[in-house]
Amino acid sequence: MASESLHDLERPAPEAAPERRTGSADQLVIACGALAREILALIRLNGWTHLDLTCLPAELHNRPEKIPERVREKIRANRDRYARIWIGYADCGTGGALDRVLAEEGGERLAGPHCYAFFAGQPDFEALHEAEPGTFYLTDYLARHFETLVVKGMKLDRHPELLSMMFGNYTRLVYLAQIDDPALDAAAQAAAERLGLAYEKRRTGYGELADFLAETAPT
Amino acid sequence: MAEEDDLDLRELDDQELVEQMWDDLYDGLADEITEGVNILLERGWPPYRILTEALVEGMRIVGVDFRDGILFVPEVLMAANSMKAGMNILRPLLAETGAPPQGKMVIGTVKGDIHDIGKNLVSMMMEGAGFEVIDIGINNPVENYLEALEKHKPDILGMSALLTTTMPYMKVVIDTMKEQGVRDDYVVLVGGAPLNEEFAREVGADAYCRDAAVAVETAKEIMVRKHNQSA
Repeated sequence: MASESLHDLERPAPEAAPERRTGSADQLVIACGALAREILALIRLNGWTHLDLTCLPAELHNRPEKIPERVREKIRANRDRYARIWIGYADCGTGGALDRVLAEEGGERLAGPHCYAFFAGQPDFEALHEAEPGTFYLTDYLARHFETLVVKGMKLDRHPELLSMMFGNYTRLVYLAQIDDPALDAAAQAAAERLGLAYEKRRTGYGELADFLAETAPT
Repeated sequence: MAEEDDLDLRELDDQELVEQMWDDLYDGLADEITEGVNILLERGWPPYRILTEALVEGMRIVGVDFRDGILFVPEVLMAANSMKAGMNILRPLLAETGAPPQGKMVIGTVKGDIHDIGKNLVSMMMEGAGFEVIDIGINNPVENYLEALEKHKPDILGMSALLTTTMPYMKVVIDTMKEQGVRDDYVVLVGGAPLNEEFAREVGADAYCRDAAVAVETAKEIMVRKHNQSA
């Protein structure tokens, strides 16, 4: 394993694109940095030695138009070293542009529109959204980095008057929890209070991310 | 900086003041925009000229830097707030002058989608460009659009979506308009972060507007064509 810490892998930092390689794996996941912790947990839990991970910066979440070309660069930089490459992104706001890149370059991505949907499961997510379109979602990653990504990232700390413009149409916050961690529960609940939203927690586990990675395992 | 704090807007000539207002919009300084608008009014500028040359042009610059990744949503919202402060002064004055509107637009975010930052920006910029804008808000089922079209008889229908899951609903609206035989009565413009020109063509819209400034330019061109055709 390379020396990058998990914090480095997933940090919402500008140009961080760290890598974690075994040197022997024949398959690679190119993923959003926001999934690094979960993917590494699944690799560890399942004892997968065939799988390496490389991440793009999680902050691309806020600039989805940049995701497709960054993924393309990663695929091209790695395709000679691996038998198969998997893409740890959903559509993620690219409006089909990521799929067009993958059709050209090869690589299979996570199904659905975004991480909320594949953690919750597509049907469950659709039901959640249908029940209340004004729902703001958190995953473990977003609960952990709420202050950096949302409060500071959206400048709510310096300009609280923006809160109503950004979140005025939301009514509830649903925390889609991947693991049981009281600290994250508390962080998610505090986030809901900060945004003035009703709070709800759903324990999703790794959802469809686990199924997706299981497909990579040798049979 | 101290010099900037000490800057007296009244000491600037008209062109310098307008350029300073572009900077102030860019920096989201609503009080300075209010002051700038009032100074230009005192100097005899017509309200519409202030709106277009100082405010709309300033927001166009903001829009370009947003598109290029130099500015982000918070900065754009601060700029929009500042423009709104200026608009609040100018709106009643514009109404008094009785200038005929450039055209009329009904705009709303589609069903299942509650995002309205982009839509509100378009509304404000369209209003700034002299259009009458009827904003029907967020989470609109097709019935809301049809009702608003019937009631207000606009030239343009604008639809907005931020989510890849909700943007296909634009096709539902356009197909229903076709079924009811009213599609060609309106120009349909669509916008939203995950959209593109190809998508706009696929759903049967007349144009994709990648940002508020493009929406204004597109709408203006459409109205010119319309007037030429009817002349």
